[in-house]
Amino acid sequence: MTRFIFRRLAFALVTLWLVVSAAFFLIRAAPGGPFDGERRLPPAIEKNLLASYHLDQPLPVQYWRYIRMVGGGDLGPSFKQKDFTVNELIRAGLPISLGVGISAFLLALLFGTLLGTLAALSHNTFRDRFLSGLATLGLAFPPLIIAPVLVLVFAVGLAWLPAGGHTSPRHYVLPTIALSLPYIAAFARLSRVGCLEALRLPHVTTARSKGLSNRRLVFQHVLPSAFVPVLSYSGPAAAALLAGSMVVEEVFSLPGLGRYFVQGAINRDYTLVMGTVLVYAALILALNLLVDVLYGRLDPRVRSEMVVSND
Amino acid sequence: MIDLRWSLMRRGYRTSIVCIFLLAIALFLGPWLSPWGEEHIDWNSIDTPPSLNHWFGTDGSGRDLLVRTMAGGRVSLTIALLATLVSFAIGLPWGAIAGYAGGRVDQVMMRIVDGLYGLPFMFLVILLVVFFGRNPYLLFIAIGAVSWLDLARIVRGQTLVVKNAMYIEAAKALGVPDPWIVTRHVVPNVMGPALVYATLTIPGVIIAESFISFLGLGIQEPQTSWGVLIADGATRLHAPWQLIFPATFLAVTLLVLNVAGDQLRDAMDPQEKGVRL
Repeated sequence: MTRFIFRRLAFALVTLWLVVSAAFFLIRAAPGGPFDGERRLPPAIEKNLLASYHLDQPLPVQYWRYIRMVGGGDLGPSFKQKDFTVNELIRAGLPISLGVGISAFLLALLFGTLLGTLAALSHNTFRDRFLSGLATLGLAFPPLIIAPVLVLVFAVGLAWLPAGGHTSPRHYVLPTIALSLPYIAAFARLSRVGCLEALRLPHVTTARSKGLSNRRLVFQHVLPSAFVPVLSYSGPAAAALLAGSMVVEEVFSLPGLGRYFVQGAINRDYTLVMGTVLVYAALILALNLLVDVLYGRLDPRVRSEMVVSND
Repeated sequence: MIDLRWSLMRRGYRTSIVCIFLLAIALFLGPWLSPWGEEHIDWNSIDTPPSLNHWFGTDGSGRDLLVRTMAGGRVSLTIALLATLVSFAIGLPWGAIAGYAGGRVDQVMMRIVDGLYGLPFMFLVILLVVFFGRNPYLLFIAIGAVSWLDLARIVRGQTLVVKNAMYIEAAKALGVPDPWIVTRHVVPNVMGPALVYATLTIPGVIIAESFISFLGLGIQEPQTSWGVLIADGATRLHAPWQLIFPATFLAVTLLVLNVAGDQLRDAMDPQEKGVRL
């Protein structure tokens, strides 16, 4: 098990290095430099600017500098927001994004599995069909549709909740709901199918024939296996959730990581884009690692596979 | 092999496909019937709610929203279709080669697919868009280039089935070279299921395009797409019709495509009812 985790960790570090390298070379190769303003700068000033950001050195030197810097945890100065380092911007944005992201993820996990299990336990009844239909409907409403609609209804129309800002917990209600809705639907579908399959497993039939109460049957035998597909989708779901948070932060004007990423992409702020991509990639890799470990805990077959094949 | 005739007979699938065709026809032919042009400004009605003159109302520059929504839908659907073709062009040979070669080659190729599954794709697409510039052609290539993974898996699975057929064995015995067998015998036989399965990637691709355009990194004014229209509508909530119409069109399209995809999956694999997303 430890060996498995170490292997995965090494794999994650290599992936991270690949992401950094890809981002570095892609963005250096991109047309348009960070100082291409409307006004052409005098050549002397431009030269000084380039020198102060080490952009005048050969590419391999720049690359090596960058890798060493990132390795030491320093993401460099922002190219466009001159008074800030990328680290400062990320430190400001990350808690907001994590706050919305984690609460949306937990909300989706909780409600999704709850609704999915409820539907599966009343398979082929009206309730099942209703909930399944609702889940299908939910998948057609990605955050970019549902977020502005929520603002329109609950902030502009009913004036129950604020439309933007990040000063009180109330400001986080709508963003969290907007972000979690499609994933509630996705988790509900997965856990419904997982549950239906678990109900057909031999050990569940055995437990039932021995007269186990319904509650214990569901909680001890059905849910753990039903949760496996949900868990395996958690990694991709978290990645998609982080992407969705860009839209949600845009709509609710939350100054989170996603906004910095989009700003950086629009302004060609090289260091900011690379820094945020790096943080995102690290987050996603860490989550995938966590999911893999939990997977082994939940499914004994996978655990033994980890020990035997070591990968 | 999968019996496509049966899956195409499924009522839900058929209805959804008919809906999509009707929508596409409306999007492509509708503007011809409207007196307003895509970029025509009606100075007498700026920011006006739906009326007999402008059925969906007008936007902040006085352009007819019905015509804009249709133009946006055309762009969204076209990009989705082209991106799907790109993903097809990568996924089909990838899966066919991996499946046919087998052994080490197969393992390495499928490991690459597994590894790519873990990457945050939206970020890669945005990086590619930053890299290549904001250009609709490169937008769909970038989206297509990151959404071929599922297809490669399906094609590989189908290839494994086809590979053991008698006619392949006969071709091998006759000394037909491998590349020839793959292009002439394997690919045509996995084409059907692969094409049908490719329709499953369309809703994801539509979401990706709207997402990028919504953030201002995709389609640019005066061109438009559903993502651009929704982004505009989201900032002009005093005129809610500017949000509601494009949002409804996008949501209904996604819903119909998802339903078609569910039916298709059920038909192809009755064992797991709507497992994957």
